[in-house]
Amino acid sequence: MERLHFSFEGGTRRAGKGPRIVGVVASGNLEVLIEPRPEVSACTIDVNTAAVGFGTTWEAVLRDFFERHPLSHVQISINDAGATPAIVALRLDQAVEALE
Amino acid sequence: MHSYYEKSARARIDAVVDAASFREILPPQARMLSPHLQALDLPVAFDDGVITGAATLEGLPILIAAQEGGFMGGAVGEVHGAKLVGLLQRAVHGQLAGVVLLLESGGVRLQEANAGLIAVSEVIRAILASRAAGVPVVGAIGGQYGCFGGMGIAAACCTAIVMSEEGRLGLSGPEVIETARGVEEFDSRDRARVWRTVGGKHRYLLGDAAALVDDSVDAFRNAIARAIRAGDRLDLDALEREQELLDARLQRFGQCTDGEDIWRLLGWPEPDRVPLLTATEFVAQARERRVR
Amino acid sequence: MNWQAVASRLFPQGHNIVADDALLAGTGRNGDVVFEVTGSTEHTEIGVDLALAMARRVLATVRNHPGRPILFLIDTAGQRLRHRDELLGINRYMGHLAKCVELARMRGHRVIALVYDQALSGGFLASGMMADVCAALPDAEIRVMNLPAMARVTRQPEERLRALATKSPVFAPGAINYVQMGGIDSIWDGDLAACLRDALARADGHDRRSEEGLERGGRVLAKPVAERVLSE
Repeated sequence: MERLHFSFEGGTRRAGKGPRIVGVVASGNLEVLIEPRPEVSACTIDVNTAAVGFGTTWEAVLRDFFERHPLSHVQISINDAGATPAIVALRLDQAVEALE
Repeated sequence: MHSYYEKSARARIDAVVDAASFREILPPQARMLSPHLQALDLPVAFDDGVITGAATLEGLPILIAAQEGGFMGGAVGEVHGAKLVGLLQRAVHGQLAGVVLLLESGGVRLQEANAGLIAVSEVIRAILASRAAGVPVVGAIGGQYGCFGGMGIAAACCTAIVMSEEGRLGLSGPEVIETARGVEEFDSRDRARVWRTVGGKHRYLLGDAAALVDDSVDAFRNAIARAIRAGDRLDLDALEREQELLDARLQRFGQCTDGEDIWRLLGWPEPDRVPLLTATEFVAQARERRVR
Repeated sequence: MNWQAVASRLFPQGHNIVADDALLAGTGRNGDVVFEVTGSTEHTEIGVDLALAMARRVLATVRNHPGRPILFLIDTAGQRLRHRDELLGINRYMGHLAKCVELARMRGHRVIALVYDQALSGGFLASGMMADVCAALPDAEIRVMNLPAMARVTRQPEERLRALATKSPVFAPGAINYVQMGGIDSIWDGDLAACLRDALARADGHDRRSEEGLERGGRVLAKPVAERVLSE
C-alpha cells in the first residue's frame, strides 16, 4: 500500500453536510469518505492505495477534481484497491454530490 | 434501480428500511480499521465491510446490519465481527421488534484467521443470545457472494432466512470442495449445479429458507417484515421437532445426488423447470411441494 | 493422547464412553458429578450425520437429565467437504447443533469442551466454540481451513501462508495462540480431572471470550468495538 497526501488551498465552496461515504473497496474500485473540517480552510486529501508508484497520476486526477469542485474546509479520505483514474474521478464527484 | 443483488450494502439498507429512518452506529468516520489487514499491507475499509445501525421497518423499530460483499467477499474479521456482536448485544436492552442481518459473506476472513474464527463464533453466540432474550433475528441472503462458511452456520441460527433465487447459502463453497476433493466431487464452474445445491429455490424447498422472493428490495422488505412479525421459538419442543425434521431429511433424501432428485421426490413433475420459474410462479407451485 | 487416555484422566471415578464409528457417546464420573459426554475421534470430518448425532445426545440430555453438565471431546479435521452434505444443508445441521447447545445452556446445563487433538472451523464452531468453557490439551491445534484451499481462496502462495503460520499468533494453529486471543479458555495438563472440575465451577453461561482476548492481549479490538456499538 502507498499513502499519499495532498492539500489544496484557495477553495471557494464549503462542504455542505457530511460526513458522507461512497464506493466500495473492491478490486478496481475505491471508497471516498468526505468530512467537513470547519477548523481547516484547505481541501486535504489522504489516499491509501494498493497501486504503488502512481503519485503523479493521483496528483493530476485530484488537481482536476479540485478544479471541478474547489472545496474548502474539507477532508477527503480514500481507500483504493486499484481503480482507474476515471473511476477515481467518478467517485470523487459522487462524494461531492452526496453532500447535497 | 430496484435490484437487491446489484446494490451495495449501504444502498440495500437505505432501500429496505423506512425512508430516512436509518441512523448508522459506528460510522466510517470513526475509522475502526482492521489492524490485521494493515499488518499484511492489504487495503482496508473505513467500516471494515459491515454497516450497523438503527432504523424502522414498516414502522417496527429494528437494528440492522449489512455486509458488503465487495470488500473481501464480506468475510468476517475481528472488527467486522465485533460490530455485529455489539449490535446483537444492543438488541437485548432496547424495545425492539427485531434485528435484521443483510448477509453476504464467505465466512471467516482467512486473512485474519484465528481472530476471524473467534469473531464468527461470537456472532453465532450473540444471535442466539438475542433470540433467547426474545428479540428475533432475521437474515436475508440475495447477493453475489452468498452466505458461506461460519456465516452459513450463523444464518441457520437466525429466526428465519429470506432468500432470493440469486442467493446461495451453504457451509463450504464449491471451490473449497473442488480444491479438497477434486472436480468430480463438485465442479465449481457448473453454475446450474451449484444453484441446485445451495441456491435460494433449493433452500426454500428444503425448508431452510422461510421465504423466496424475487430480486427486488421491496420484496425483501416485505418478507423481512413478515418474518419479524411471525414470532420466534427457541425451546426444547421446537428443537426436538427440528431434530425429527433433519433426521427425516437424511432418510428421505440421503441418497440423492442432485437437487433435481430431491425436487422430484417432493412431487415436482418437471424438476428441470424449477430454475425457469419466476419467484411468484415458483412459490405458488411450491406450496404443496416443499418441506415446512 | 487418544480419547481413551483422555477420558480415563478426566473421569477417575469411571466412564462408559464408547466410540461408535467416529462418534463418542457415554457418561463419565468426575468426583460425584456425572457428565454427559459426546464428541468425535480419529480426526473425523463432521458431516450431516455426525452433527445430527451429537445434537441428538444434547437434546436427550436436556429432556432426560435436567442440570447434567455436558462435555464435548473434540478431534476433527473440520466439516465434511462433500457435495452431498452441502446439498442436504450441512450449514443447517451445524446450526441445529449450535442451537441445541444454546438450549442446554438456557436450561441450566453447563457445557465444557476439550480439544484433545485438532479442531477445524465448521464442526468446531457448532460444538466446542459454543461451550461455556472450551479448553485444549498442550499439543492441540485449531485451524480455520486446510492450507491448499486457503491459498486458493486468498490467492496467496501456500509457502507464504505456511510462513505466517509459524510466526504470527493470528495464523499459528497452536492452542496457546487461541488462549492468548481468548478463543480457548486454558491449556489442560497434568491433573485433567481437576481441570474439568475447575472449569465446571467457573462456567457461568456468559461469553467472556472478547474480555479475555483483551485481558490477555491477543485480541484487543473485539471488546472495545462491541462496547462502542452497544453504547453509541
